[in-house]
Amino acid sequence: MRTLRFLLQKEFRQIFRNSNILRMIIAMPIIQLLVMPLAADYEIKNIRISLVDHDRSPNSQKLKNKIIASGYFELNDFNVSFDESYEQFQRNNSDLIMEIPKDFEKSLVVDKQANLFIAVNAINGTNATVGSAYLNRIIGSFNRDIRLDWITSNNSVNTATIEVSSLNWFNPFLNYPSFMVPGILVILVTMVGAYMCALNIVKEKEVGTIEQINVTPVKKHHFILGKLIPFWAIGIFVFTLGLFGVAWLVYGIVPLGSLLTLYVFLAIYLIALLGIGLIISTYSNTQQQAMSLAFFCMMVFLLMSGLFTPVDSMPEWAKWIAIANPVTYFIDVVRLVVLKGSGFAALKTQFLIISLMAVFFNTWAVLNYKKTM
Amino acid sequence: MKQFITFVRKEFYHVFRDQKTLLLLFGMPVAQIILFGFALTNEIKNSKVLICDHARDAATQNILQRFEASPSFNIEKNILNHKGIEQEFKKGKIRLAVIFPANFQNDLNHFNKAQVQLIADASDPNTATTLTNYASSILMDYQKELQEGQAQFMSIKTDVRMIYNPELKGTTNFVPGVIALVLLLVCVLMTSISIVKEKETGTMELLLVSPFNPILVVLSKAVPYFFLSLINLTVILILSTTLMDMPIKGSIFLLYFASSLLILTALSLGLLISNSTDSQQAAMLISLMGMLIPTMMLTGFMFPLENMPLALQYISNLVPSKWYYTITKSVMIKGMGIEAIWKELLVLTVMTLVLLTISIKKFKIRLA
Amino acid sequence: MTNEVVIKTDKLTKQYGDFVAANQITLEVYQGEIFGFLGANGAGKTTAMRMLCGLSTPSSGSATIGGFDIYKETEQIKKNIGYMSQKFSLYEDLTVMENIRFFGGIYGVPDKDLKERMRSLIETLGLKSEADKLVGSLPLGWKQKLAFSVAIFHEPKIVFLDEPTGGVDPVTRRQFWDLIYDASDKGITIFVTTHYMDEAEYCNRVTMMVDGYIKALDTPYKLKQQFSADSMDDVFYELARNAKRREDQL
Repeated sequence: MRTLRFLLQKEFRQIFRNSNILRMIIAMPIIQLLVMPLAADYEIKNIRISLVDHDRSPNSQKLKNKIIASGYFELNDFNVSFDESYEQFQRNNSDLIMEIPKDFEKSLVVDKQANLFIAVNAINGTNATVGSAYLNRIIGSFNRDIRLDWITSNNSVNTATIEVSSLNWFNPFLNYPSFMVPGILVILVTMVGAYMCALNIVKEKEVGTIEQINVTPVKKHHFILGKLIPFWAIGIFVFTLGLFGVAWLVYGIVPLGSLLTLYVFLAIYLIALLGIGLIISTYSNTQQQAMSLAFFCMMVFLLMSGLFTPVDSMPEWAKWIAIANPVTYFIDVVRLVVLKGSGFAALKTQFLIISLMAVFFNTWAVLNYKKTM
Repeated sequence: MKQFITFVRKEFYHVFRDQKTLLLLFGMPVAQIILFGFALTNEIKNSKVLICDHARDAATQNILQRFEASPSFNIEKNILNHKGIEQEFKKGKIRLAVIFPANFQNDLNHFNKAQVQLIADASDPNTATTLTNYASSILMDYQKELQEGQAQFMSIKTDVRMIYNPELKGTTNFVPGVIALVLLLVCVLMTSISIVKEKETGTMELLLVSPFNPILVVLSKAVPYFFLSLINLTVILILSTTLMDMPIKGSIFLLYFASSLLILTALSLGLLISNSTDSQQAAMLISLMGMLIPTMMLTGFMFPLENMPLALQYISNLVPSKWYYTITKSVMIKGMGIEAIWKELLVLTVMTLVLLTISIKKFKIRLA
Repeated sequence: MTNEVVIKTDKLTKQYGDFVAANQITLEVYQGEIFGFLGANGAGKTTAMRMLCGLSTPSSGSATIGGFDIYKETEQIKKNIGYMSQKFSLYEDLTVMENIRFFGGIYGVPDKDLKERMRSLIETLGLKSEADKLVGSLPLGWKQKLAFSVAIFHEPKIVFLDEPTGGVDPVTRRQFWDLIYDASDKGITIFVTTHYMDEAEYCNRVTMMVDGYIKALDTPYKLKQQFSADSMDDVFYELARNAKRREDQL
């Protein structure tokens, strides 16, 4: 115990002495947490449209007005030639071209049918689907309008209708930041913990001080604990700061569930995470190696965690990576507890898995540590 | 010049001697392209949807089959009350609940009106809206069929062409983004750290007292990473065209030119970081913790930039990969020439020059 | 110096694949002795020393350090030795006092003694005005003296010094050796590697390693006689010139 006290004293002293680093590991996550959630908005609006109207009839005018009035679209150019519109499209100035053919109104009345041509920039498939769906819906409603205009007498619309009422639970105003803030917070805490822990140990290797420790009677587990505890504490500190200082004060996200559940999970999660940092440090001899390795892990953790893109949508093999990724569980739990107020009973699986991970990673780290140092 | 080459050769030795790092340098981008190219998509697929069918009649059966046929849904049938549904949501097991009341078909047949309730877990607003939309459109389709035979006059047909990506694949959007991200971050990270390392171990002083322009000493450190990145780019491009069926419609020369420019920007950024810090930990913190998430989010492949608040859109202009992402899309997918991307190329050039100037200035101050 | 044997090795060998870094090292070191461990770069000195300190496990052979077995009782050994590596290995971002307190603490020096011993150490070293400065800011010579003092701060039986005086001026080296003599007078056994041959003259006994083997072991005086040389330099040259191994092979 006494040894551990001295080790901790030393670690904290070194961390606090390097005020540059300390400031960075506190300030960078907080600033990012303040700004980045605002960028995470999937809602598609302001679709830039090029309209080419060869018909120039009252009806085509009406359709145009209806599209603009919907609020989803922003007119980029109107009635230049199709080729010119296409150039705008190619240059990424407009997302969508709609061409109204000559005799649009006439064929509607005479042939009872008219065609519209729509070209969508589909590089981002989802955006394209949503954009064209919006446009189709507007056109559909325009279609109904003109039909009604045409046959105002026909009131026998007595067809079967299904009324769909939809409810948005937990976040009725579809507020994006409230979904992203907890997720980004998790990533930031993860980065602080894993990097700092891995780097710190490797630094001692690189500088050679670890040799000095190895000839002393300090037990390996004491040394490891001395390294883990400070970063565990910093992780908890950064999380708290982000949760209360940013999520609560700035974004007004009040955790619905129990803070105790959240913090117990955080504590176990950090142990698992620091275990990974430890593993990285045992496999690297230089800080550069540790960093590249940590960077790689971090990218995978981040992108395969369901933070930005849903895990459900991943191919089967990729889901397995998400399942083996501790970050997935923490993001899941933070979102569940903060946004939905889930209690411990609902989160048993996640608790079990993260505990097993904590044991697994740390056992691996300690075994490997013994072998290599 | 001869001296410069000597220095560059020394740097190559350094890089190739450290095989672990080398392996990571090459392995990482490859693994990431494969992993993220395939796994990342902003489509909504296989979402768990709970169907509470209190009616169990022919109409609901018909609708259910349609739900089951959709790749977006992964159907689970169970009769639960609101409390029970809430529990399922809280366990994070389902994303949407569709509730058919008893007598659904009866209502439909006799009163011409039936109700369906959709409850979405809106803690994830994107999935919630998308799923609600999908579910509604399935219900509307069914309704349309019921109304079949009714007024089919004056109908407007739309002919929708999905340009550039007719199959609406997620990779078309994500692969160029991942290329931009990987190239930028790997370059910045590696250069900044390798230079700071010399400072930290004190070998930098040794180089600086040599009768050789100190700025060139530093530049020579960037050369191996420039070539390594080009090799990386080649590997990445081969993988994306063969494995992920990405097209390269435009000139490959132009693509390499633009990529070299991005790599140069990244290297200058790395130089700047290394000149402003004096420990590897600090350099790493800035280039990873400081840059990872902003680059990922502000490049434009994850979230559409047009949707962001104006301030963030301005900030995104500072992210080099944003410009590069536009270039790769134009060249690879649209097959455009230099006339379409000169603006982006210019921006990257200016960025590189500014970063280089600042870092050289900083460097001189430090020496004085 | 007594006749008590504190280091005893028997055919101690370390092998990395086909490469035998240290081959059948057999020697005895007595308590209070200053034992010089000489050899060209790459001769296997550091490897041998690392085995004795418990930093690496031997491939074969046996040894006892302070009466403890090198395989089974490493923990006991660690309590009884001090070590100073050729790479300076105190924490540069801690102050002089903090380093001493830290290493004293983990060696289990009791709290009540700690303060007093720290004070007297700072005084002997003449580092009073530097006590609260970061170790990183000290000149190399002081760093090394400090590192040595920290290595014997917990009063070990044996202290291992791996090329302790690399890169310092002759005056500082002289002062460093004064510290070594003081420690030896207190009964601490000094096991020191060096390739300064003048330092070899300061040792009670020296051994010469060439290509992983011990080629000679005796007092400097007797070695000079044996090789009919004027100085240890000549002895070293005589033994080492046929060495096949160079530093870069290690």
